[in-house]
Amino acid sequence: MSADLATLLDGLTRMRGVRGALLVSAEDGITVAGALLEEEQGPALAALAATLLARVRELIAETGHEPPRFLHLQSAEGLLLLAPAAGDLVVVSVAGREALIGPLRLEMLRIAEQLD
Amino acid sequence: MTDEIRALSAQYAADPSSLVFLRLGEVLRARGQPDAALKVVLQGLSRYPHLPEAHDLHARILVDRRDFAGAFDEWDMVLRLVPHHVGAHKGIGFLYYRAGELDRALYHLRAAAELDPEDAGLHAAVERVAGGGEIWDTPMPEAPVDRAPLPTAADHGTDLPFADLAGGSDGLLLVDQHGLRLGGGVRTLEGRDVSEQAAAALAGIAREASRAARLLAMGEWSHLSVECADVSACILNPTVDSTLLAVIDAGTPGGQLAFAADRAAKSARAWLERQR
Repeated sequence: MSADLATLLDGLTRMRGVRGALLVSAEDGITVAGALLEEEQGPALAALAATLLARVRELIAETGHEPPRFLHLQSAEGLLLLAPAAGDLVVVSVAGREALIGPLRLEMLRIAEQLD
Repeated sequence: MTDEIRALSAQYAADPSSLVFLRLGEVLRARGQPDAALKVVLQGLSRYPHLPEAHDLHARILVDRRDFAGAFDEWDMVLRLVPHHVGAHKGIGFLYYRAGELDRALYHLRAAAELDPEDAGLHAAVERVAGGGEIWDTPMPEAPVDRAPLPTAADHGTDLPFADLAGGSDGLLLVDQHGLRLGGGVRTLEGRDVSEQAAAALAGIAREASRAARLLAMGEWSHLSVECADVSACILNPTVDSTLLAVIDAGTPGGQLAFAADRAAKSARAWLERQR
């Protein structure tokens, strides 16, 4: 796991409500850097995030629009956020319902931009 | 009226026996004018009743107008004239698919894919219907005896899921858990109807979202919002066995998208209850 890449996520993991943040390879669905509070979820979450992103990209491509740059899955107990970078990487974060989506979104987009 | 439509209309008026009606009909259809397109293609067919491309265009216009039985007859006619017509196999395949007749759908989609191996979208559709890429290792089955697919709930009358919404069904698509379109539709910026393809992708997204929410013990997911540079989308489940896509211009505030999606979901829920 790259320490430099993990450092990128430091600010994100300190934000309110964030339970974990990962950098995931969109193609392979494997974790490149980062950590979750519940570490055993990491590999499965990385794979699921990559698959979810692939499906959404497929849908958006069918409709002829620009590729997605931010995804927000909301549920009663929390949220899953994805910010694809220009290359193969995706910034993924998991947060509780107390998280503030606005600042989280901006931070994830900033990290994704740094990865470009 | 755009310059292209004006020019093609003038050309057609000058020579009604020319094949320019095909191009004019395509352009009218792509610009979302199915009634005008229908008029043009019917005029053309009266002169060229055995022209496969005219029947193919007619079928696609009928799909736009949700006359699926009529579209089936037209594509059936095309295949009688040209048994290896890619568009007709593709069209009949999608009609069977939306009616849930997967074996027939697979036969026609695969026939189309083998006639047009460069079409990656078609290739993916075959694998999606077949449940995997192993389909290419199995021999092509015998051609099924075709019959028009049974109408789906969405085909009945004008009772459509978004009929009572002021903005109509533009950018709204309702599908069941198998990716079968129940109502609404989406088009590309050029006006091409991609509802069937989007419907299949949408059902897959709903499944993946549920898996992610389960893994993270987040409870049931309520919505998935997608932000692109030029468009925003909201995906949600009006009922446990349906999924809705709402697409809106990127400049629209997020709250407005959520409001529009919730309103459409409410309308879809009421419609689904009426169908049961």
